[in-house]
Amino acid sequence: MALSKFDIFSRTKSNVAWTLSVSFAAFIIFLLLLVTGYLLVLGAGSLSLEFFTEIPSGNVVATRDAAGKVIEGIGGMKQALIGTIILIGMASVVGVPLGMLAGIYLSEYEAGGWLATPLRFICDVLAGVPSIVVGILGYELLVRPVWMGTNNAWAGAAALAFIMVPIIARTTEEMLRLVPNSFREAAIGLGATKAQTIRQVVLPAATGSLVTGVMLAIARVAGETAPLLFTALNSKYTPISLDASFPFVHVATNNAFPSLTVQIFNYATSPYVEQNKQAWAGIIVLIALIFVLNLAIRFAASRSVGKTRTS
Amino acid sequence: MTTVASQPKPAANSHPIAPAPEQTAGRPLRQSDDPSAVVSVRDFNLFYGPKQALFNVSCDFLQNRVTALIGPSGCGKSTLLRSINRLQDLIPKVRMTGDMHLNARPIYGKGVDVISLRKSTGMVFQKPNPFPTTVFENVVYGLRLQGIRDKKLLAERCEESLTAAALWNEAKDRLHASALGLSGGQQQRVCIARAIAVKPEVLLMDEPCSALDPISTARVEELIVKLKDRVSIVMVTHNMQQAARVADFTAFMYLGKLIELDESARMFTQPSHKMTEQYLTGRFG
Repeated sequence: MALSKFDIFSRTKSNVAWTLSVSFAAFIIFLLLLVTGYLLVLGAGSLSLEFFTEIPSGNVVATRDAAGKVIEGIGGMKQALIGTIILIGMASVVGVPLGMLAGIYLSEYEAGGWLATPLRFICDVLAGVPSIVVGILGYELLVRPVWMGTNNAWAGAAALAFIMVPIIARTTEEMLRLVPNSFREAAIGLGATKAQTIRQVVLPAATGSLVTGVMLAIARVAGETAPLLFTALNSKYTPISLDASFPFVHVATNNAFPSLTVQIFNYATSPYVEQNKQAWAGIIVLIALIFVLNLAIRFAASRSVGKTRTS
Repeated sequence: MTTVASQPKPAANSHPIAPAPEQTAGRPLRQSDDPSAVVSVRDFNLFYGPKQALFNVSCDFLQNRVTALIGPSGCGKSTLLRSINRLQDLIPKVRMTGDMHLNARPIYGKGVDVISLRKSTGMVFQKPNPFPTTVFENVVYGLRLQGIRDKKLLAERCEESLTAAALWNEAKDRLHASALGLSGGQQQRVCIARAIAVKPEVLLMDEPCSALDPISTARVEELIVKLKDRVSIVMVTHNMQQAARVADFTAFMYLGKLIELDESARMFTQPSHKMTEQYLTGRFG
């Protein structure tokens, strides 16, 4: 059968659309591979065992013997890696529940109430505040008045939590809105209270997407440098120590606190080549850390959903 | 139609009736203390903000009978149904006047415990809405809400309810699999089992078959007829044939008013109101 002009035209359009979308998808994959490959080329060389087991040695240049073998290197980023994990943990302990409660309020309690509209607006504004502003506020409102100018982990974690709360609140709200209303009606029709409905039906139904929202927020703050520059700053000492005295694990939270991002920032802007290289290695580790965290949380959530009982 | 014809007919003076003055047509208004009325509605008005959705509705829904609410879209039949378990309260700016009683206990008014009221009703929705958990947990959810923890009792009631919902044979091997893996018709029967597990005084069904295929619809209809030995049923349906097949009584609503409530057999053969006749014969709606 002969094709009409219109048929040929619409087929051509369809082919063009297909070609465009496939080529842009391929371009994005290419970009991702480019970035990853570039990082690996620049950083993998410095990604030694030493990187994970040593703190910065104090040398800015490795000392070598006559044969060029390294006698003493510039050390690693062990302290920064541990510090980042602790900071993320501290920020999440505060930020995740606060953000989720705000999101639950927005979606389940006051969808159109007098408090909801301003709260939603404030969340959107806060989510867009440049992180350097959060850092400076952390310094002016916490570090200077409360800790007399001493940089510390609490202020760093507070700054990160401040960034997390609005993101988590808004994603939680959006995700809970996706839960069909008929679930709520079914539970309420059986005599569930509002709180029971939320806890036993709405939240379990949204677990997967809530985890994604939390992950996004964690990934976002894990990569933050600016808020930490003024609050936790950085340190070359391991912030955690184990001994026999209660509570056995001691975290030095009241002093300048190490983090990967600030360490990377310092090394990347340093004039010494070996430190520059280690900054690249630090970036690889940071990305890997976020990736592993992501997988771990997803795994934990999928298991808990499998076990979820509505009681 | 044969289903309806074979129903035992209630005593001659027992049809509950809509009492708007011009509509009572000499039939007696039933009292809320009538032992065979499960739900009695008196002068019930409902407003969504300034818009009135129900106008002076008065009627009785009888013990162990199926009453179908029919009428064109937007006539208020779902609103009336959802007012019985006060699900309509969840809508902002809704306001009601008048009385409703569930087995002589007030549904509206000061001091009514809405939560415990809802615990003694069951509801089945238009779209099957099993919770995203196992079949077992779905069925016993209402029992858990009532504080039943005894595992043996929960298992017994689960089996009993699934059997009553004609699903036990299909579901007994997958009680602990996700309810979302079942077919649409099976999911709807899980929802029916969930609603009757709590042994409700009245089962409210909001177009329970409209999202199902014809075979599943037939099974659910059969089930409804069987269930009325255990529970009184009020159902909303868009399907007049369905009302004729399963309901002992049918109520016709139009623009928020209850026009006529009568035995289905009579309603579908000789309706008392011209409007009902016009609707039934497809002249509007």
